[in-house]
Amino acid sequence: MTHVVVDPVTRIEGHLRIEAEVDGGAVKEAWSSCTMFRGIELILEGRDPRDAWAFAQRICGVCTTVHAIASIRAVEHAIGATPPPNARILRNLIIAAQNVQDHVVHFYHLQALDWVDIVSALSADPVKTSSLAQSISDWPLSSAKYFAGVRDRVKAFVERGQLGIFANAYWGHSAYRLPPEANLMAVAHYLEALDWQRRFIKIHAILGGKNPHLQSFLVGGMATPVDPDAQASLNMGTIASLRKLIAEGLDFVTRVYIPDILAVASFYKDWFGIGQGVTNFLSYGDFPMDDNAQPELYIPSGVIHSADLAHVEPVDQAKIDEYVTHSWYDYSVGNDTGLNPYKGETHPHYTGPKPPYERLNTVEKYSWLKSPRYDGAPMQVGPLSRMLVAYATGRPARVKELIDKALATLGAPPTALVSTLGRIAARAIEAQVLVESMGMWVDALAEGMARRDYRIQDTSKWDPSTWPKDCFGAGFHEAPRGSLGHWVHITDGKIAKYQCVVPSTWNAGPRDAKGQPGPYEASLVGTPVAKPEQPLEILRTVHSFDPCMACGVHVVDATRRELARVRVS
Amino acid sequence: MAHTRLMQELERQGVSRREFLTFCASMAAVLGLPKGAAAAIAKAVESEKRPVLVWLEFQDCAGNTESFLRASHPTVADLVLDTISLNYHETIMAAAGAQAEAALDETVKQNKGSYIALVEGSIPGDPESGFCTIGGKAALDIAREVCGNAMATIAVGTCATFGGIPAARPNPTRALSVADAVPGLKNLIHMSACPANAENITALLVYYLTMKQWPPLDRYRRPLFAYGKSIHDGCERRAHFDAGQYVEAWGDEAHRHGHCLYKMGCKGPATSQNCPNVRWNEGTNWPIGCGHPCIGCAEPNFWDTMTPFYQRLPDVAGFNTDRWLDTVGLGATGVVAAGVVAHGIAEVTRRGRGRLVVEKPAAGAKPAGDQTGAKK
Repeated sequence: MTHVVVDPVTRIEGHLRIEAEVDGGAVKEAWSSCTMFRGIELILEGRDPRDAWAFAQRICGVCTTVHAIASIRAVEHAIGATPPPNARILRNLIIAAQNVQDHVVHFYHLQALDWVDIVSALSADPVKTSSLAQSISDWPLSSAKYFAGVRDRVKAFVERGQLGIFANAYWGHSAYRLPPEANLMAVAHYLEALDWQRRFIKIHAILGGKNPHLQSFLVGGMATPVDPDAQASLNMGTIASLRKLIAEGLDFVTRVYIPDILAVASFYKDWFGIGQGVTNFLSYGDFPMDDNAQPELYIPSGVIHSADLAHVEPVDQAKIDEYVTHSWYDYSVGNDTGLNPYKGETHPHYTGPKPPYERLNTVEKYSWLKSPRYDGAPMQVGPLSRMLVAYATGRPARVKELIDKALATLGAPPTALVSTLGRIAARAIEAQVLVESMGMWVDALAEGMARRDYRIQDTSKWDPSTWPKDCFGAGFHEAPRGSLGHWVHITDGKIAKYQCVVPSTWNAGPRDAKGQPGPYEASLVGTPVAKPEQPLEILRTVHSFDPCMACGVHVVDATRRELARVRVS
Repeated sequence: MAHTRLMQELERQGVSRREFLTFCASMAAVLGLPKGAAAAIAKAVESEKRPVLVWLEFQDCAGNTESFLRASHPTVADLVLDTISLNYHETIMAAAGAQAEAALDETVKQNKGSYIALVEGSIPGDPESGFCTIGGKAALDIAREVCGNAMATIAVGTCATFGGIPAARPNPTRALSVADAVPGLKNLIHMSACPANAENITALLVYYLTMKQWPPLDRYRRPLFAYGKSIHDGCERRAHFDAGQYVEAWGDEAHRHGHCLYKMGCKGPATSQNCPNVRWNEGTNWPIGCGHPCIGCAEPNFWDTMTPFYQRLPDVAGFNTDRWLDTVGLGATGVVAAGVVAHGIAEVTRRGRGRLVVEKPAAGAKPAGDQTGAKK
C-alpha cells in the first residue's frame, strides 16, 4: 500500500489536495481536501442586499458570472422583484457564454495535458498530422505547413531550455497513448483555444462591461440599457457583434472541440469504465424561457438516483442538508447532524495538522468543504448531471441527438457516460447545445428592441422601503461546474444571513456523518495508478469534474452575527 | 539573431513585422510613452534573455489569472509569454503535486534575487490557522520564502495589494496584503483592481523589459501609467456630469443615452485607474460603458469604503470649479435634497478604514448650496 499525496492539484481553480491509498496499481481509497478558506458569507452579513452579487461574484474569478446570478436571484426571490424579459434574455446569453467558454478552456488548458503528451508532439510528422486533422474535421487550419510551424515553434521553445509552465510534468508516462500526430494536433488546438477564448468572451464585455467579473448585474434586472436608437445602449450594432462572436464560437465548438473530444476519446475508451463513483445526479435546471413565476427551463431540472434514467424526480430544496463531520467547522446541534442551508450555521474551527505537514488526519476532520447531501445521499453535479437529466427527459431534444451520435461514433453504451471520460464528453456536448441556443436569445433581444421594450430592471423594487421587513429567498443556477444555490435572509433591508451551496462542494466534499464519500473520493476508487510517484491518472479523474475550490468553501456564522453587523446608518 | 528567430516565429503564426510593430506601438500607448518608444519595446521583447517569473495564488479567486489569459493582441501575446519564463503558476502549469512544488523550489534556488514574483490573493496572518496551505505549507511561509528572495514582487489584484475581499469587515481569516504579510520587500509594485486589467499587467512587464527599471508609483505603490488619473477625469460621460445630466432610474432615457451615473452610485470620482482609456477585453467595453457605475475596485478597502455601491458619493468636485457636485447639478436638475448629502457624508466618514472620500466630520454638513468652496 502506497500513500499518495497530490498537493497542489494544479490546472484547477483554487487549492485542492488529494490523498490516496494505492495498492496493486489502483486507488483503494481517496480523500479530497480543500485547503483554503475566506469566509465571504460572513463578510456579506450586515450589507446592502443589492451589493451582495458583487461580493458573491468574487467567490470565483473563473466561473465569474455564476455567484452574481445566484445572488441576484436569491435577493429577487426574497424581496419579490421580477426581472423584465430583456434582463432574463441578457442573463441567458451571459450564462450560456460563460458555460461555453469555460468548457472549452477546461478541456484545452486545464484537462488536455493529462491526455496529451507535448514532448511526443515534437516527433510528429506534419503531413500525417494534416491527414489526421482533415479526416476528423473540415477546420481550415489543417495544412502540413501549419502543423510543421506549430511543431517547430514548440521545438524551439523546448530547445531554449526554459520549459516554464510545461516543466517537470509527466511527459513520456506510460498512460499517455496518443500517437505523436494526435498529440501535435492537440497542441495546435491548445494554442488556438487560447486565442479563441479571448475573442469569444468579448460577448461578456459587450453585455457586462468586462470579463472577468462582469459588472452589469442588478437586483431586479440588468444595468445594460437596451434601445435600438441610442448609441450608449445595446442596439442593432451590438446585435450584429453578438451574432458574429456566437457564429465564431459555434464554429470552434463544432469543428474543433467536439472532433477533438471524439478523437482523443477513441484512444482512451477504457476510461469509459473508470471513475464512475457516485451515481446520483442533481440538476436545478436553468435558462428560463418565459417570465412566469415557474418558467419553463431550457436545461431541465431533476434528480436521478443510482443512474436510473427511467426515473427523474423533481428537485426539492428542503431535501438539501450539509454535514460537517469531516469538515473544519463545528455545529451547535452536534457535528453529525445535517442542516438545511436556510438554517445553516458554521463555526470555522481548524483542527488539522500544524503547517508544514505531510499528511492529513483523515479519520477526523480534513477539509474546508462541507458535505452537502440530497435526501441523505451524495450527488454528482455538473454537465454530466445536466445532460443525463436532459437525456432522460428528452428536453431539449438536441441533447439526446448529440449524445446518441457521440456514443455511436465511439461504440459505447449510454451507461458509459457515468465515468471519467463520460464527464469530459458531456461537457463538450453541453457546450455544443448551448452555443447553438445562443442565437435564439439574440433574436429574442432584437425582437424586444423592435417593440421598443426598454425595460431592463424592476424599478418598483429598487428602494429598500418597498421590501418586506423580514424575508427569505433562494436563488438557483446551473453553473459550468454544476448546481449552485444561494440562500439569503434579509432583515430591515440588510443581509442577516447568507449561505451558498456550490458545485464543487457537492463534488469535492469530504465524507459525511455516515462515512459516505463525496463524488471525487468515490470516483477515484479503482482509478489505475501506474507510477505512484507520477499520479497522472488521479489527475485525469479529478480534472474530469473541473474542480473549483474557491467556490466550494463558504461559511455563515449564525451565532457570531454581531461580528458582521457593523452599523453604518 | 534573436531578432531573426522571433520574426520567424511570428511569421509562422501569421504575424507580420508590421503587426508586431503595431503591437509594440499600442503597448507604448498603454504605458503613455512617446512614439519613439515603440522601437525600444520591439528590441526588448525580441531579446532572448527571458526573465523568470513565478505566480503565486493564495486566498484568491483566480480572477487575475483569468484576466491575464485575456491579454489582448492575441497572436503576439503568446510570444510575450514566451518572452518571459513562467516557471510556476498553479492554474495553468502542467506539473502537479510534488513535481509542481519542486519547480518552485528549484526556481527560487537557482534564480535567487533575479526572478519576479507575482502574487494573487491575500495571505492569512496566522500561518497556523490552516486558512491557506499549499503542499502542506502555510501561505505566509511560502510568501516569505518566494517574495523574500525575488528581485521584485508584483501584487496583482486588490486582494494581494490591499487585502481585498477576504480582508473586508469582519476579516474572518485575518487576511493581509502582501505588503503587510511580508514587510520590507524590495521593488514591491501594486497592480490593484478586481481583477487587474490584463493590459496593465502586460504593460508593466513590458515596461521593465524595455527600460530595465520599474515605473514611478503613486502613494499606494501603483504605477502612474495605469493609476495616475481618476476614472472620473477620463470618463466618456464626463460631459454629462458637467452638464448636470444624470441617470435617475435603470433604463430611463438618460441611462439609454449614456448620461452620468453619479446619482446611481458611481465611484469613478474617487477611483484612480485607466479603465476609460484602455478599457477591457481588447478595448471592447468597460463597466461604465455598459451602463453600470464604477464600484471603485482599484482603491484600498473598497469593499468597506465604497459600499453601499448604489449610494452616491457625497463629495465630488465639479469641472474646473471647486464647487460641490450637487451645486453643479442644481443648475440642471433642480433642488437636491441636502439631507441626502449630509447622510452620505456621515456614512462615509464613519466607515472606518482606508482612504476616505470625505475626511471632515459629519456634524458640520450643511445644505448643498452652502457648501460651496469646501475642499477635500
